Amino acid sequence: MTNPTTSSGKLTLSGLPGRRARIAVEKPKNSKQVIFRLWKYLIREKSLLFFIVILLLINTGATLAGSYLLRPIINNYILPHNTPGLIRMILLLLSIYIVGSLAAIWQNRMMISVAQKTVSIIRSDLFSKLQTLPLKFFDSNNHGDLMSRFTNDVDNVSDSLNTSILQLFTSTITLTGIFTLMVYISPMLTVVTLFIVPFMLLVASRIIKKSKSFFTSQQVSLGIVNGYAEEMIRGQKVVKLFCYEEIVSADFEKINYELRNKATKAQYYSGVMMPVIQNLNTINFALTATVGGLLAIFRGLDLGGLAAFLQYSKQFGRPVNEISSQYNTLQSALAGAERIFQIMDEIPEIPDIPAAVSLTDVKGDVSFNSVTFGYDAGKVILNNISFGAKAGQKIALVGSTGAGKTTIINLLPRFYDIQSGQITIDGLEIQKIQRISLRRSMAMVLQDTHLFTASVMENIRYGRLEATDNEVIDASTLAGAHSFIQRLPKGYQTILRNDGDNLSQGQRQLLNIARATVAKPPILILDEATSSIDTRTEQIIQKGMDQLMQGRTSFVIAHRLSTVRNADEILVLENGEIVERGSHEVLLKQKGHYYQLYAGQFD
Amino acid sequence: MKEYFPFFRNYRKALILAPTLVIIDVFCEIVQPKLMSKIVDLGVSQKNMSYVLHTGGIMVALSLLAIAANVGNIYYSSHASVGFAAELRKGMFNKIQKLSVSNIESLSSASLVTRLTNDVNILQEVIMMSLRLMIRAPLMLLFAVVIAININAGLASIIAIAIPVLAVIIYYILRRGLPFFEKVQRKLDKVNATIQENLVNVRVVKSFVREDFEKKKFGFSNNELREISVKASGTVVLILPVMQLVMNISIVAIVWFGGNKIISGTFQVGQLMSFITYITQILMSLMMLSMTLMTLARAAASSERILEVLNAKVDIFDSPSAIEKNLTVKLGKVEFENVFFKYHSDGSEYVLKNISFTILPGETVALIGATGSAKTTLVQLIPRLYEVSKGRVLIDGTDVRDYTMQNLRKNVKLVLQQNELFSGTIKQNLKWGNPEASEEEIVTAAKDSQAHDFIQSFPKQYETVLGQSGVNISGGQKQRLCIARAILRKPSILILDDSTSAVDTTTEAKIRESFNGHLKDTTKIIIAQRISSILSADKIILLDNGEIIGTGTHTELMINNPVYQEIYNSQLLQKENEL
Repeated sequence: MTNPTTSSGKLTLSGLPGRRARIAVEKPKNSKQVIFRLWKYLIREKSLLFFIVILLLINTGATLAGSYLLRPIINNYILPHNTPGLIRMILLLLSIYIVGSLAAIWQNRMMISVAQKTVSIIRSDLFSKLQTLPLKFFDSNNHGDLMSRFTNDVDNVSDSLNTSILQLFTSTITLTGIFTLMVYISPMLTVVTLFIVPFMLLVASRIIKKSKSFFTSQQVSLGIVNGYAEEMIRGQKVVKLFCYEEIVSADFEKINYELRNKATKAQYYSGVMMPVIQNLNTINFALTATVGGLLAIFRGLDLGGLAAFLQYSKQFGRPVNEISSQYNTLQSALAGAERIFQIMDEIPEIPDIPAAVSLTDVKGDVSFNSVTFGYDAGKVILNNISFGAKAGQKIALVGSTGAGKTTIINLLPRFYDIQSGQITIDGLEIQKIQRISLRRSMAMVLQDTHLFTASVMENIRYGRLEATDNEVIDASTLAGAHSFIQRLPKGYQTILRNDGDNLSQGQRQLLNIARATVAKPPILILDEATSSIDTRTEQIIQKGMDQLMQGRTSFVIAHRLSTVRNADEILVLENGEIVERGSHEVLLKQKGHYYQLYAGQFD
Repeated sequence: MKEYFPFFRNYRKALILAPTLVIIDVFCEIVQPKLMSKIVDLGVSQKNMSYVLHTGGIMVALSLLAIAANVGNIYYSSHASVGFAAELRKGMFNKIQKLSVSNIESLSSASLVTRLTNDVNILQEVIMMSLRLMIRAPLMLLFAVVIAININAGLASIIAIAIPVLAVIIYYILRRGLPFFEKVQRKLDKVNATIQENLVNVRVVKSFVREDFEKKKFGFSNNELREISVKASGTVVLILPVMQLVMNISIVAIVWFGGNKIISGTFQVGQLMSFITYITQILMSLMMLSMTLMTLARAAASSERILEVLNAKVDIFDSPSAIEKNLTVKLGKVEFENVFFKYHSDGSEYVLKNISFTILPGETVALIGATGSAKTTLVQLIPRLYEVSKGRVLIDGTDVRDYTMQNLRKNVKLVLQQNELFSGTIKQNLKWGNPEASEEEIVTAAKDSQAHDFIQSFPKQYETVLGQSGVNISGGQKQRLCIARAILRKPSILILDDSTSAVDTTTEAKIRESFNGHLKDTTKIIIAQRISSILSADKIILLDNGEIIGTGTHTELMINNPVYQEIYNSQLLQKENEL
């Protein structure tokens, strides 16, 4: 918040509500480069920016000129009792002020439009970039952190584009203008100001330094409180079941007081700067009045000059304050921009090779030849995997948790690229197929069932955007989802919110199956797609599933062996290797891993 | 408002000192122009050097006093505001611990965290601001008006015109602009929700090649956000230049009328100068006042959200008679007597309908039924996570409402379907089951739940640190830890809600075996999908759509329950044929 003590002149946006003073917590590592890239975004609005600068100069000039005019008005018209001259000067003053204000209005409006446009382009670029990034990126980056780049960092950039840059620019010009006019009116009196200004800057930089470090530790503390509260509120059922309420409250109290201690210091140092600088400026005003008075007595400084000078010295504190605080905001905005650009610089999914072909009329022959893969280069997850699926076959993958089943099916749509070996579809190596057409040839039902905020209809239609309502309903019927959807308050038009949190896990799985069904792909991948569906319902939808898999190559991962029994081939995985393969009957006769898994389910 | 008073309790001194110091600051500040005008009008015109020095000295001294006052004010107001926030957070957190599950669900757990952090922060800022600006601005305004009238009542009439003009302008701009800000917030939420969804759904988006579709969706809401933001800021940003204009026109008026008065000899240059300063002071204060009021208005929304938590009516609590009787669960007999349940009292259909059954101590009872048949809901009524809508749940012949929750839950352990582990070591997590458990007891529980071996395989064994919600262990391992945690203090009743779904069948069988040994007397209620898990149950309760459609042993149900037969067949029939 700015201090209301000021003289005629510039007002700032920093007094606006909701625009909390942000103190830089960190510095950008490479300011120059970040500024350059931000500049490239801004410069798209070249002509508007040019006008803004012109208007800004007019506005600042008007303010400075208005204050200066006091001198001739007092000296040449008021003191010599020249009324007609005074009228002329008054009209001049009035028009200068009106022009200045009009310039200010236009300048602010234009800047907002430029800033919002820029921010919206940055946001949209960032989002588009996100869509191109490989899964590895999402695996290795915390979602909370990514979200914070979209929200906090973009906000920071937006704020500083909206106000800081303009403010910093205006303040610098104002300060230079004031200083020049001061020297012009009385060089000797300027010395007084020169004496106090370095002192102000010193105090400001001291306080800023302190407040920065306390803010950092406050943020850390806040993060801990936030994380703890989130964990405990999310796990509230467990807290209650174990009667842990009091222990949890006691722990919270500890970190809460830690936060209080840090926050008090941070608030103190960030709050104390503005008023103290303002007070120092009042000392400057007092000294100027005194010395000015003496100069008027002994050195014949004119009264009008003294009046104008005092106006200026009253105005002096504001730009100094602005510059030091906006500099801070700018720093944190640049740090935010840097984090945004970091994402923009992430390496996207490897582009399709130029010769990549588009798949048409996929038959669905899939084969893995000596495929070796690890998420991290050093750690092999899949070792020398080879198998083939002929068009229309059903391949089941079984094995204990962590055996590599999900990993195998993640390789098929090229979510990850293999380190060695070969994966082919209809005899074509998947690296030589356009990624879009590769992925369009298959539909996946994944282990974690996420839904979008949209109606049930739209969620299912996600599988094939041009599907008609009837096709969606047919797909749901086939997937066994139709009957429960009909019981929802608004049937297919029911809006799912928060990842479909009002649906049971099993119902969400049914929707996911329906989504894949409507896609009608040549290749179907089901990763534990029915794990939360009870066996009876599963039995009911089994017919639909069989119908769905008819004529499609399908890959099925399931814990429940009844689901995989009728597969053409069952692959048993252990520690990233295929240890057994064959049909259900063959594998049972072998009395190996599969037999044990199977027998265990029905003992 | 009065709900907040207790949170200020420890900061009364600061609450009094901070505003007092502001008054000192305002006084020091406000007399400066007046003193300055005296330097010009008395000192300079009479060439009185000592008067100039004397007055200048007073001005500097007052400024120094103002610095001290300001430092003190900020010191006390930051203590009071941050301290208040900390007490408020603590109060809210404790309240949240008292809330029932359905209380928390109706407030939404994600929003509770926001209320606890963001909303409290906003109140903290408002209090910090109130302890300074809310007092400073009106005082400045008042003093400046008094002094201006004192200098020249005639010229002061300009103020009488300028203030209402400015007030009206600010009022209209804000009235037009503020509603936009709410819209901005809503659009921003929408944009953020799209991003969030894309992050969790990245595999779906990629596998269906919907990148362009998502971009279009995002582009649409992003554009909406931009348009509304431009409108919102574009309106409010008018305040500053318009205010500047009103101020400058007032200054011109003062120079004109004041100049004329000087010409006619009834006014002095120094007075004119100080008058200009005061009128800017007045208008600036007015501006600050409106801004602080606006911030207050916006903080009202946060306050409302906080009060909603503080004032939430806890709907499950210990009755006085329960506390008095202090009964404990011993045997583990469970009875449902015509139980009806729905999650929302205004919901149209009951989720559980007329449920009645009895489970004797030490029995193993299985609950099975289709997805959505309300199995989970049913078992959550036993430890009173939710309250029955009609009917009674009895344990050892006593209504669960006649136990204190602590006594009830100590001996009724429910392992949830979606179980939570907390950040901390494995041992810390297991100790939730019994904070006083010895090493031996922990190991025994881990062995019984088949968790010991994999824990031992970690380099740090029981001291292994789990990430938030146990992300670095597999689902099956997590489930076994949750079971170990639940059986650490041998409960009278153990409820497993599909808690071994990710555990392979061999391991599951071993867990069952150890239950039969160590937890022989414990009543066990098991929700399961696999028929193999429930074959040996003393009784099987078959649920469908919130109603019991069959009770009995496996053999009995096989004879008389067609639905059960279907389930059984879906899992076993083919197997028998093949083996």
